[in-house]
Amino acid sequence: MASRARPLRPGVWGVGGGWVAAAALLLLTLGTTAAVLWRAGAAPLPGAADWVAVRFTVMQAAASAAISAALAIPVARALARRSFPGRGLLISLMGAPFLLPGIVAVIGILHVFGRSGWISQLLGRFGLPPLEIYGPVGVVLAHVFFNLPLAVRLILQGWRDIPAERFRLAASLGFRSRDINRLLEWPMLRAILPGVVLAIFLICLTSFVVALTLGGGPRATTVELAIYQAFRFDFDPGHAAMLGVVQFALCLGATLVALWVTAPTGFGAGLDRPLRVWAASGPLARLVDAAILAAAAAFLLAPLLAVLLAGLPALTRIPASLGQAALRSVVMAGLSASMTLGLTLALAHAALSRGLAGRLAEAAGMLTLAASPLVMGTGLFLLLYPIMDPTSAALPVTVVVNAAMAVPFSLRVLLPSLREVDADYGRLSESLGIRGWTRLRLVTLPRLRRPIGFAAGLAAALAMGDLGVIALFGNPDQPTLPLEVFRLMGAYRTEAAAAGAVLLLALSFGLFWICDTWGRNADA
Amino acid sequence: MLTLDHLSLTLGAFRLEADLTVPGPGVTAIIGASGSGKSTLLAAIAGFLAPVSGRILWNGQDMATLAPGDRPLTMLFQDQNLFPHLSARKNVALGLSPALRLTAAEWARVDEAMARIGLGGLENRLPAQLSGGQQARVALARVLLRARPLLLLDETFGGLGPALKEEMLDLVARLSAETAATVLLVSHDPDDARRIAPQTILVADGQAQPPVATADLLANPPPGLRRYLGT
Repeated sequence: MASRARPLRPGVWGVGGGWVAAAALLLLTLGTTAAVLWRAGAAPLPGAADWVAVRFTVMQAAASAAISAALAIPVARALARRSFPGRGLLISLMGAPFLLPGIVAVIGILHVFGRSGWISQLLGRFGLPPLEIYGPVGVVLAHVFFNLPLAVRLILQGWRDIPAERFRLAASLGFRSRDINRLLEWPMLRAILPGVVLAIFLICLTSFVVALTLGGGPRATTVELAIYQAFRFDFDPGHAAMLGVVQFALCLGATLVALWVTAPTGFGAGLDRPLRVWAASGPLARLVDAAILAAAAAFLLAPLLAVLLAGLPALTRIPASLGQAALRSVVMAGLSASMTLGLTLALAHAALSRGLAGRLAEAAGMLTLAASPLVMGTGLFLLLYPIMDPTSAALPVTVVVNAAMAVPFSLRVLLPSLREVDADYGRLSESLGIRGWTRLRLVTLPRLRRPIGFAAGLAAALAMGDLGVIALFGNPDQPTLPLEVFRLMGAYRTEAAAAGAVLLLALSFGLFWICDTWGRNADA
Repeated sequence: MLTLDHLSLTLGAFRLEADLTVPGPGVTAIIGASGSGKSTLLAAIAGFLAPVSGRILWNGQDMATLAPGDRPLTMLFQDQNLFPHLSARKNVALGLSPALRLTAAEWARVDEAMARIGLGGLENRLPAQLSGGQQARVALARVLLRARPLLLLDETFGGLGPALKEEMLDLVARLSAETAATVLLVSHDPDDARRIAPQTILVADGQAQPPVATADLLANPPPGLRRYLGT
């Protein structure tokens, strides 16, 4: 019989907290957008250059998302079914470029793929011309570098959510690789891929640092970059506001599609045994997986290595300003990540309700994707301007915006797992009278430890490396670490910038590593 | 005494009616074909499914306003009766305190119940480190501590071998006798009913029949049951 009928009453937790969280996010996104709209009412309509920016924004995001997701499937699969020394390290590495502060990653990519980078030098030995990565190719390359690993980790989570028991059953039924594909892996991918592609598409729509450093000019200006330029260089808030509306419409459209296509999985619970895929234990399958993993590791490691080689020697001569900026950034990242987790858990619980209420809660979590940080920044600037000097509120505003910006990723990671915990242990908990905070403490948090660790790590590292809102508000006396690195770069203090990049790298990774390791220890 | 008063349940297009009384204590079996609505009936009694109409009464008290955990009953599901991240001991202790805040005396009762039910020495194992029979015992030890007057078993021992299943059924019968509990045992196997349930409720054709003596029912099965038994 259909024994999945719902309890008579919804969980008490989440209903209240979820709506508070949703309201806060609505205020941040729609509220700031309304401020932008109100201002843009007096602004000129988009001109030809603006439409070129829109087209480029969409094309590069689509290309980046498709390439990242397609390349991620074989890598995630190889990681899911192989166990080898260094596997844990490689999985951590898969988190790396996404966590890599944009400014650091760009320095690394230029060292490898740039005009005078490693590959160009190699080409030069054979008399070939150097690579030219400024422009559309560079933007897409950098976006794939950033997002391929995110796709791998999200898809890997999908593989993990297929209970090992199913693979054991498949082995006992004599499934070939092809059958496992069709009956176990493809349904999981079909459920998870649309969300992955759209998440990356949205990240690339609003990506700022990459366009700022590798794009620019008529061929490769994104809307986000155009907002920044209108604000900082042209001092034209009206134009910036109009572009903010365009950006919001773009993101909203993509977000609605994302909500429409995602479907829940229904694999049920297993008993926490390690994953083994019997059908894929042949020597050829092993060799192919090894080659895939090696290629992925090389692509992701090279830019990191380049940054370290350039920055480590300069670390001993680090300016004092960098140390202060670093301390400031760490505190802000911790605050941001805590806010993100609180918001996400509240929203995820509210999203469990059936029907419209649940969908609305989920939509509220995705809303921060639809409002880019620069749109939020522009809106907050316009809102704060009449009351106070916006630059004096730059740090708290950055903390809040960064917390909100990490919610969609964190929700994507947590919500499917929470749904499964609810499906598997909701009735048992209800029947034993385990409710409210007790349920959160005894059942939900322990079962969600792995995704919570991952989500917290993401949120902290993203906040640590953010260079968006802070660039817009920019208070020169209280810079964050990424802003200080960017400033050193702009001042051609290359050596100090490289040292700052290494420091930023270490701190971002350190924060992520602490959180993610805590989560993955759930397997121990 | 459990009374289903003109109870009507729907789940999608499926509809089930019940108007009957289960006198307690003792074991009453609920048998019927797969999909006949046995589990739906149990879900409604446990509070997971709101009736369309009618009432569910325990000793004359309507249970409609009670949340599942507050009803005078314990339910064991087909599977997922244990939390995989909690030790056997903690899984049992949830029967005394859903918040896992137990006094030393209560922890002693947990250990005592586990020892009594044959789980001595396995207290700190995780469910995945226990056999199917041991997992069932952990769930039963918790039933013992919850000490609710009504116990609902939804094909709970379906995954166990015949000998082990019989052992568990006998254990249930013994616990029921010792604690004067009323047990509703959903099963698709008439032998389960024959073994420990003096009375049986037959669920067929969208109706849950009032309980009758198991021996009579199985000796002279009505057409609906005969079809299912294949006799």
